[in-house]
Amino acid sequence: MSLTVGVLSIQGDVQENILSAKSAIDELGLDGNVVDVRTPEEISQLDGLIIPGGESTTIGQLSLVNGSLKVLKEKIQSGMPVLGICAGMIMLSNTANDKIVGKTDQPLLDILDIKLERNSFGRQKQSFESDISMDSINISKFNGVFIRAPSVSDVGSDVEVLSKFNERIVAVKKGNVIATAFHPELTKDTALHKYFINLVNTSKN
Amino acid sequence: MLPLSGERLDAKGIVSDKLNSIDILRGSSTVKRGFAHMLKNGVVMDVTTVEQAQIAEEAGAVSVMVLDKLPSEVRKAGGVARTASIRIIEEIMDSVTIPVMAKCRIGHVNEALVLQETNVDMIDESEVLTPADELRHIWKWDFTAPVVNGARSLAEALRRIEEGASMIRTKGEPGTGNVAEAIKHIKKVNDELRTIKSIYDSGDNQELVRMAREFKVSYDIVEQTAKLGRLPVVNFAAGGIATPADAAYLMSLGCDGIFVGSGIFHSDDAKERARAIVLATTFWNESDKVKEAQKMIDERQSMIGLDVNTLELRMQDRGGSA
Repeated sequence: MSLTVGVLSIQGDVQENILSAKSAIDELGLDGNVVDVRTPEEISQLDGLIIPGGESTTIGQLSLVNGSLKVLKEKIQSGMPVLGICAGMIMLSNTANDKIVGKTDQPLLDILDIKLERNSFGRQKQSFESDISMDSINISKFNGVFIRAPSVSDVGSDVEVLSKFNERIVAVKKGNVIATAFHPELTKDTALHKYFINLVNTSKN
Repeated sequence: MLPLSGERLDAKGIVSDKLNSIDILRGSSTVKRGFAHMLKNGVVMDVTTVEQAQIAEEAGAVSVMVLDKLPSEVRKAGGVARTASIRIIEEIMDSVTIPVMAKCRIGHVNEALVLQETNVDMIDESEVLTPADELRHIWKWDFTAPVVNGARSLAEALRRIEEGASMIRTKGEPGTGNVAEAIKHIKKVNDELRTIKSIYDSGDNQELVRMAREFKVSYDIVEQTAKLGRLPVVNFAAGGIATPADAAYLMSLGCDGIFVGSGIFHSDDAKERARAIVLATTFWNESDKVKEAQKMIDERQSMIGLDVNTLELRMQDRGGSA
């Protein structure tokens, strides 16, 4: 059956994720389309969703305004696969602390029991790219692009650690939910998007 | 993935470093242009105080731009406009979680270096401040922090990208509350992009190289841009935006996001207006939501606009011929 994958189109690098997800579907030889979604109605029809990079405070506040935050949470809890990238990882967490400002009062989806720190590697000048690995999902070398990225210092018992960088957790998985601190959509490598599309395919069929 | 047309791999701003013996790369085109990609579909607001920065963050701004004076005040005050007080920039950086930008004068390399050392997330080499060098812009490839520049045409945009700009915005006419010039600039860039794309598609390299010479940029960057059919970096609208409908219109013309200068904090309903402009930018293609956003503001509270034809100071002309 044809897959419908959405990219949450509130704010951030939506188009880049649509391109990566389309390439992933093509390379896997699957039948499916990738669309930008924003309204509760559009979200309710998806087989899988990507929450892109951007500003988590903006994405959180505006998805609360149009009612999509509530529908998102229900869909994820009922098993829809989700890939949350950077701001998306923050959105999926249950608490967000900023490295400088401290605890933030921002709308979150409260799906992943993780101890997350925003802007964990510093400001933009400290942003970087470096090789990372996600061995448990058979991605041994991946170009990690970290932009004012968050990191995770601890995870709950039901959350699996997919990748660590310099002793900090930068990718996690819980069932059909994946979250990364880095940006796979800014690289040519579609390995992680392919892994996600396979999850969506398995979950649907 | 990102288009990386025109990138210089030997740039001094690219720093190979080690984090506990792990090799890392800072200031690469992917990291610098990537930052601008995270701002897409968002609003960057000009602020002069911590209080304004917090209002901007609560309203849903993706970033704040710190100035000493709002552009409309710069216009009134006259004299030389320079970069903001470092102490105020640092106070704002410590009080909001969103990225903080600041402006430096066109061509003023050391003002930009001071801002990079302050650790602002992006530097705006801006015509709102008094240019330090009308003939030479900053060679931005030397910077690890990303830099945004204004442009009124495709030629200006490509010249700035060739100097290392990681993001472009229209110049518009700052501090006027008049959106006409921003509209003129984005339409001109769009027209010129369509033109070079059709030349590229028709295989007329002879005409493409003539365009490159007219634009005063390399053939390579014209060819790569023509192939893409859009600027190779994120492109925002700026200059004179004052209402939610202004923001929505510029988004509909293909801008990746919005800078708002005097329009918010020089109005008498700053909080509501900040929120309303964010809503109109996000939901620009849903007319009922733009109407709701427009309803949040009161036209009697809007800043008084200026006719761009009778201005004594046209900020957009600064550094434009270089």
